[in-house]
Amino acid sequence: MRAYLRKAWLIAWKDLVSEWRSREIFSIMAVFALLTILIFNFALELSSVNRVEVAPGLLWVTFIFAGLLGVNRSFAREQDQGNLAGLMMAPVDRSAIYLGKLIGNLAFIASVEAVTLPLFAALFNVAVPVWPLAVPLFLGTLGFAIIGTVFAAMSVNTRLRDVLLPVLVLPIFVPVVIAAVKASSTAFARRSLLEEARHWLGLLVTFDVLFFTLAMLLFDVILEE
Amino acid sequence: MEAITSPVGRQGEAGVSRLDTVRRLLGWASVPLLAFALYMAFVYAPPEATMGNVYRIFFFHMPSALASFAGFFVTFVASIGYLKTRRQGWDIWAVAGAEVGIFFATAAIVTGSFWARPVWNTWWTWDPRLTTVTIMWLTYIAYLMLREAVDDPERRARLAAVMGVIAFANVPLVWLSARWFRTIHPVLFGGNNPQAKGDFSLAPSMVVALMAGMVAVLVLWGYFLVRRVQLEQERARLVQRYREEGERGHL
Repeated sequence: MRAYLRKAWLIAWKDLVSEWRSREIFSIMAVFALLTILIFNFALELSSVNRVEVAPGLLWVTFIFAGLLGVNRSFAREQDQGNLAGLMMAPVDRSAIYLGKLIGNLAFIASVEAVTLPLFAALFNVAVPVWPLAVPLFLGTLGFAIIGTVFAAMSVNTRLRDVLLPVLVLPIFVPVVIAAVKASSTAFARRSLLEEARHWLGLLVTFDVLFFTLAMLLFDVILEE
Repeated sequence: MEAITSPVGRQGEAGVSRLDTVRRLLGWASVPLLAFALYMAFVYAPPEATMGNVYRIFFFHMPSALASFAGFFVTFVASIGYLKTRRQGWDIWAVAGAEVGIFFATAAIVTGSFWARPVWNTWWTWDPRLTTVTIMWLTYIAYLMLREAVDDPERRARLAAVMGVIAFANVPLVWLSARWFRTIHPVLFGGNNPQAKGDFSLAPSMVVALMAGMVAVLVLWGYFLVRRVQLEQERARLVQRYREEGERGHL
């Protein structure tokens, strides 16, 4: 178990180090997130009245689109440089590759969120309730990384590659979008998450546990050849 | 020829396979059954107290929705079957289930819209069942797109099977989230939603008509499914043949 986790961690560490050196995924995701927020600002005329109501939805759309870019690169980059074959020949369990990639993706998306949130608060002039928001943000992002990593590994093996990823991920991700936006709304409205959004948080946890388990079981089927 | 055996029965060189017999039976049975269901829906069942004749579309709407779920369930079971045995026969059932499911989901969505227009006064609403069927419809279209994007049959079956399992596992969560989101769909069996609009209780004769519709649509569903399976078997055989000829240098 310990050795297994160490292997997964080494794969994640490799991704983090190479990202730290190139900063290619992070910069693309962060710039894209900023652009999305900018476009939203022009596309939707936001008054001070509805800003707090719309904020959670805008944030999630931004994170999902930026996340799709990042998750997609995580396997595409391996394949471009012929590294995927190397990973697959390495004497590690396929699910350890998944776990490592998942940790890496989670770290990328979370850091983009950490950069985007203050800018979002400043540009839209909304106060962001950091700690209450952190709960649905973490659970939703984890769900996205879980599903996104699975489908990124799948779509990289198809003819359409990156174009296919959103079509596969988004329908599966619908329950998380609904639950995460609803729970985030509760946080933005400064109401108690435990009292009013407990069922949404429960749904997020269920999604994360269910699909993490399925992903760990099925991942060696995806990367088989 | 190992690759094209189906889990139901091996297609023999001579004679009619068991699947052929099933297909013929279902096909011929569906004709009188559908005629009977139409009679029951339009003549036998009385007009509804508040909705009049509009509600009659329901005799085909609900069976279509059930048939779509049945199709997606076939995909789910066949996907698990493929992952366990790695036999292409399972993959054939998986694709057939998804396509037939999408067909009946489309029918359910369209008939539902026709009904909702006069009763709910809108073509579309984000009601949980409607949302769930629509999300599933999109999910299985994505499933077919994934299949389209992979050329190698073995890899296609493998990736599709993973998607087939994930897609079905998601259904309860989609349904739950959509249900908590908002609801105005009438709940006909067990369940009482004070906000539901267009709610009606079924008179005994309506239940009989609904059963007739259910049987007719499900028999049609079975016929489509088997037909689609056989078409895919034929295609797999052709691809196999093409490859063998290619290896012998005939092409």
